[in-house]
Amino acid sequence: MSILVDETTRVVVQGLGRAGLFHAEQCIRFGAKIVAGVHPGRGGSEALGFPVFDTMREAVAEARPDASLAFVPAAGAADAVLEAIEAELALVACITEGIPARDMVRVADALRGSATRLIGPNCPGVISPGKCKLGIMPGHIHKPGSVGVVSRSGTLTYEAVGQLSSLGIGQSTCIGIGGDPVIGTNFIDVLEMFNEDPDTTGIIMIGEIGGTAEEQAAEFVKGRVKKPIVGFIAGATAPPGRRMGHAGAIISGGKGTAAEKQAAMEAAGIAVAPTPADLGSTLAALI
Amino acid sequence: MELRYVRHPGYIGGSGGLSGFLIVPHGRIPMKLHEYQAKEVLRAYGVPTPRGSMANTVADARSAAEDLGGKVVVKAQIHAGGRGKGGGVKLAHSVDEAERHAAAILGMTLVTHQTGPQGRLVQRLLVEEQLPIEREIYLGITLDRALEKPVFMASAQGGVEIEEVAARDPSAILREVIHGAQLQGYQARRLAFALGIAPEARASAVQAMQALAKAYDESDASLVEINPFVLTADGRAVALDAKMDIDDNALFRHPDLAELRDLGEEEPLETDAIDHGLNYIKLDGNVGCMVNGAGLAMATMDIIQYAGGMPANFLDVGGGANKDQIKNGFRIILSDPNVKAIMINIFGGILKVDVLAEGIVAAAQELKIGVPMVLRLEGTNVEQGREILADSGLDFIVASDMKEAAQQAVARAG
Repeated sequence: MSILVDETTRVVVQGLGRAGLFHAEQCIRFGAKIVAGVHPGRGGSEALGFPVFDTMREAVAEARPDASLAFVPAAGAADAVLEAIEAELALVACITEGIPARDMVRVADALRGSATRLIGPNCPGVISPGKCKLGIMPGHIHKPGSVGVVSRSGTLTYEAVGQLSSLGIGQSTCIGIGGDPVIGTNFIDVLEMFNEDPDTTGIIMIGEIGGTAEEQAAEFVKGRVKKPIVGFIAGATAPPGRRMGHAGAIISGGKGTAAEKQAAMEAAGIAVAPTPADLGSTLAALI
Repeated sequence: MELRYVRHPGYIGGSGGLSGFLIVPHGRIPMKLHEYQAKEVLRAYGVPTPRGSMANTVADARSAAEDLGGKVVVKAQIHAGGRGKGGGVKLAHSVDEAERHAAAILGMTLVTHQTGPQGRLVQRLLVEEQLPIEREIYLGITLDRALEKPVFMASAQGGVEIEEVAARDPSAILREVIHGAQLQGYQARRLAFALGIAPEARASAVQAMQALAKAYDESDASLVEINPFVLTADGRAVALDAKMDIDDNALFRHPDLAELRDLGEEEPLETDAIDHGLNYIKLDGNVGCMVNGAGLAMATMDIIQYAGGMPANFLDVGGGANKDQIKNGFRIILSDPNVKAIMINIFGGILKVDVLAEGIVAAAQELKIGVPMVLRLEGTNVEQGREILADSGLDFIVASDMKEAAQQAVARAG
């Protein structure tokens, strides 16, 4: 098994620009069942063998997708996610970077009480290797298996996966939750799903300096998660007061440091990898 | 620019404690407005501000002081707080005194706890009327990440460092969560009553607080801070100071605000990077870094230090970098004379490794890069990427993983 996406997931791609088309093709290569595309103005055409619609409502009526992969540019991305929420898609992975925070506050409002779970935005998406790739991660580095990976950073997710696969350890599902201030799915949501998934037997969780998401996740792990977990916090050596790209990745007033997060992880029984090159080997030692 | 010291309006996390983090949008640096610019924006929304005007020269400052009757305050306009303590804010009782203060402050290098030791050159002044201040209140709005909504904060203890107030007594910070776009009348009234605002000033304070929330929302601000918000002896409620940061990601829909960016206040290399869609921060070491993704870029800095070296910079080329961006990335890294080796750590997702490799080869040839380059490449189209490097005839050091790449880069940097 796996979480969020599998071989039965019916995917609609929102935004069929250059990036959208390139990655849709990659997703198909790695098992995604893409049943429709939505691109206003291109309704009635076809792309990569799937029908394209002007609106999500039409796509849902004709092709019955249950998950969206959104590549819509930042100015219209929140609108696209709202359209998917209105259409009651179970899952939306929004790849788009640079969405205004105010737009995401509106999206977060719409998500509450809706049928939709949002992954991201500003993330690589989610993959259940061998079953479905709903995102922009390089598919070939993955290997089907039983380790779940969750990370705030996209490329560090790939790093962890690459190390696991080269050690012969496969993954159940890998998720980049995104580094923006307002995101749809957080560490705790994913850890809860991994904990309940019988086929996930170990977890890698990669955080960053700043914010308190990692501390909260560690607190959640303490009482609830029995599976072995490897943790890593990026930015241990970042100078205070400088924002390193991600919204959360900034330290001030001595708070949100890697040391505090590592301590919280260790207190929760999470094995902290000493360097980002040791993610796979630290997990291998646990299972 | 020196360290961008983080100042935040006593952000209170979901747990109720002071988190101590600046809440800023992802991607680029939030655009800071000068006080006089922020006040112009706020005035347009109906937030009362003192009468006054911006001055670039001593003569302009003198004429502004004349217009205001001579009894004025002269305020340095720089993108940093703590100006008063640093000598950048002076009261004048006459036009002549205002002129003397303007002459002293304009062109001075103002050092505050937020500017770092090298300080900041003062190029603009704000000359404002003095007000008969009865009380000083703190008001601030920023995004609460845990609640996913903006939070309006207020404290009766205005005019001082709000972080210190919050650290000493968290209950001294009142908060109202903004649902939807606006602070409701009942919320503003609740704050006004809790702050003990006198009945004659209550209506204008409520109106000003609601206007402030509207300005925050409609300007796509990531931070608005009024410290102090003053109540005057004649029953007025006025924003005596104003700090406002705009979400860079939203500037596309605010061309008027985008024009307010003051490049003179920003580190030229960092601005140069932003102009090319790159995220660069200069650091003190000698190993230049080019990485895709903020998390991997931070992890690369970590592993360089683990290998015994020091990174010269943080550089995230982002998800969709093209050849031109790669070239500009190298140019910016190499404009730091401390750089003795470059570590390139790319795990391609959106960014295809072959595109990156072409960019690296083109840049190496065009810029005649003389320092050793250690590459670690993985991900989409990695095979084509490695071929392009091998066929280039250039002398790259290709490492098999990031630990080895860091060790190589640190060794070559010496």
